[in-house]
Amino acid sequence: MRHTISVLVENRFGVLSRVAGLFSGRGYNIESLSVGETTDPQISLMTIVTTGDDQIIEQITKQLNKLIDVIKVVDLTEVDHVEREMVLIKVAPRQEDKAEVLRLTEIFRGRVVDSSPRTYTVEITGDEKKIAAFVELMRSFGIKEFVRSGRIAIAREGIKKGK
Amino acid sequence: MKKTGAEIVIECLKREGVRHIFGYPGGVILNIFDLLYDEKDIQLILTRHEQAAVHAADGYARASGKVGVALVTSGPGATNTVTGLATAYMDSIPIVVMSGQVPTKLIGNDAFQEADIVGITRPCTKHNFLVKDIKDLARIMREAFYIASSGRPGPVLIDLPKDVTGDKVPFQWPDSVRLRSYNPRYEGNKFMIKQAVNAIQKAKKPIIISGGGTVLSNAAQELRELAEVTDIPVIMTLMGLGSFPGTHRLSLGMPGMHGTYYANMAIQNSDLIIAVGMRFDDRVTGRLSDFAPNASIIHIDIDPTSIRKNVPVDIPIVGDAKKVLKILVNLLKQEKDRQWEAIRKAWLKEIQSWKKARPLTYHYSEDVIKPQYVVEKLYELTKGNAIISTEVGQNQMWAAQFYKFDKPRHWLTSGGLGTMGYGFPSAMGAQIAFPKKTVIDIAGDGSIQMNIQELATCVIYKIPVKVAILNNQYLGMVRQWQELFYNERYSHTHLDLVPDFVKVAEAYGAVGLRAEKPSEVEPVIKEALKVKDRPVFMDFIVDWKEKVYPMVPAGAAIDEMIFEEEPEKKKKKLRAVK
Ligand SMILES: Cc1ncc(C[n+]2csc(CCOP(=O)(O)OP(=O)(O)O)c2C)c(N)n1
Ligand SMILES: [Mg+2]
Repeated sequence: MRHTISVLVENRFGVLSRVAGLFSGRGYNIESLSVGETTDPQISLMTIVTTGDDQIIEQITKQLNKLIDVIKVVDLTEVDHVEREMVLIKVAPRQEDKAEVLRLTEIFRGRVVDSSPRTYTVEITGDEKKIAAFVELMRSFGIKEFVRSGRIAIAREGIKKGK
Repeated sequence: MKKTGAEIVIECLKREGVRHIFGYPGGVILNIFDLLYDEKDIQLILTRHEQAAVHAADGYARASGKVGVALVTSGPGATNTVTGLATAYMDSIPIVVMSGQVPTKLIGNDAFQEADIVGITRPCTKHNFLVKDIKDLARIMREAFYIASSGRPGPVLIDLPKDVTGDKVPFQWPDSVRLRSYNPRYEGNKFMIKQAVNAIQKAKKPIIISGGGTVLSNAAQELRELAEVTDIPVIMTLMGLGSFPGTHRLSLGMPGMHGTYYANMAIQNSDLIIAVGMRFDDRVTGRLSDFAPNASIIHIDIDPTSIRKNVPVDIPIVGDAKKVLKILVNLLKQEKDRQWEAIRKAWLKEIQSWKKARPLTYHYSEDVIKPQYVVEKLYELTKGNAIISTEVGQNQMWAAQFYKFDKPRHWLTSGGLGTMGYGFPSAMGAQIAFPKKTVIDIAGDGSIQMNIQELATCVIYKIPVKVAILNNQYLGMVRQWQELFYNERYSHTHLDLVPDFVKVAEAYGAVGLRAEKPSEVEPVIKEALKVKDRPVFMDFIVDWKEKVYPMVPAGAAIDEMIFEEEPEKKKKKLRAVK
């Protein structure tokens, strides 16, 4: 199963490679990883999306916790949370398809952030499903370039799944 | 008052109670070596190889329980420590290794003798530091010792750029260490401990498996009480030897690949395993799907990642073995009217029948020295009181099987990594910690050549380590696998040339002795034990055909053991070991 794990770490050099090394060294897989400073510049937050059965996920969270520079590990999958990812897609539609690209962008609440005579660059934000659906639709128009930010996630306040 | 970085390092070492450092100099670490030139309180032992310096620090730590320290230069000096760090890491040994580094301005420039040692050693240290700012130096020194020795111990590396040891700042010793991201948990969960008590009360066929964690947490006394109060037999893993007396009536010896038949049978038939400070290594469990099919498991370990890593656990208790066992024993003692002995009778009897059926044996010979006989004689003549280190291979397994350890911290072996070349330098480190004790490295003729240069160190510092070489002219353990599993195709395991170890020893100014017949074994050992001012090599020319038995082939269940065939005929006496 896919898990989104949020890892609070000391903002020191080498921390990223400790975390990445843990995954590669133990054969765990990273689907996406995003890192950024928190409001406290001494602390960074990593959001890691990984897959594995319960036993592997238990090991991953324990092993992360064991790293000296890791302050806190939360498996967001266990709590109600919001996930977002941003992608930038450069499409090169034929003249007759251009209107359709713009229409779809609108429906998905995306934005055209750059355009050239032959291409549009669309920014779109959302959860996994929404992004997958949009990307699928764009495929037929010819995707020239594609970047994704990696997922970020945050727990919803108050309500927790389970107990 | 202002101090240079090097002065701060020395001052911090003193405050940590360090008396000995094992090291090797080089350009960028000179600031520190220069201070050691007239340092009175700290002695630097100059080894002949950085790997040996780290193993020596490791042996020092295992034997004494204190943090071992090594000091090396950058680049090749630092990379030479990797095997030592990995060895200590796998066995959770508290050491601090300080390496020199090129000046901060040059880092990343492929400067002369630059190596990214923090990057290289990240996966084989508990933690490591690059000191980029001298202002952090004292704090990092303090944290390094704290991290190495607390929680689940392990090696820590500190990389010291030359300008950091050369610059000056006002020195301030941090009063305490506070790490918001590292708080090892020592107290076991009370509720879980109560569950453990219940499980122990209900169990009909319980066993204890004790590992290196029991030794590290100094919990041998508590473990013994647990066993004696409840009459539960104890199995010690390779790392756990000495955590419970090997001669105790409840001892079943070692489990797993070269464990005793009765230890493995007890595990397979048990209904409750109390695992203390051990991590269910594959050499212990054999084929996991068939491991202890009827047992529920209580797992006491300070490292949460050890729990449920390899086997499902019914009652996990994260905490320090000593603290947890103390509470557990107290709770069990409150059951005053419980007749533990009567309850345990049938189970102990069943175990006794396995002991009778297949004791730990070997076939003694009068013509050729059996390696097991050498270990038995070493045990006898040192009355079981020596600190024993080993190399890796058959020598290591025979030492584990035939030397009975009654006390913790008398057994130094590379269990997790299986590092050939570990035994001699680690014995050296242990001897530095305990100058008066008898310290013996039980070695193979292959392994000893991996750090044989330390003869010089031992001679110079008058370190009277004894090395018992079980000389079979082979990389014996590998040869054994080839014989059993590779159609006797002995690809590159015959050593072709083994040096004359007596002459090698003598060339260094050490004592060299040789035994070629069984009758010479005892006199050679006695002679060696008399030497107090220099190292001794004992070259035992042993039966090269000898194999380590019993054996669980890799990937088999631990009750699928192979035993030694009966010797062809007559004269040869079967020797049972009590
Ligand atoms: C550094 C290292 N290289 C290779 C091995 C693989 N290995 C395990 S046992 C062994 C043979 C050891 O030979 P020797 O020291 O003569 O011991 P014996 O088994 O003959 O007692 C080897 C090569 C190892 N454990 N460590
Ligand atoms: Mg050999």
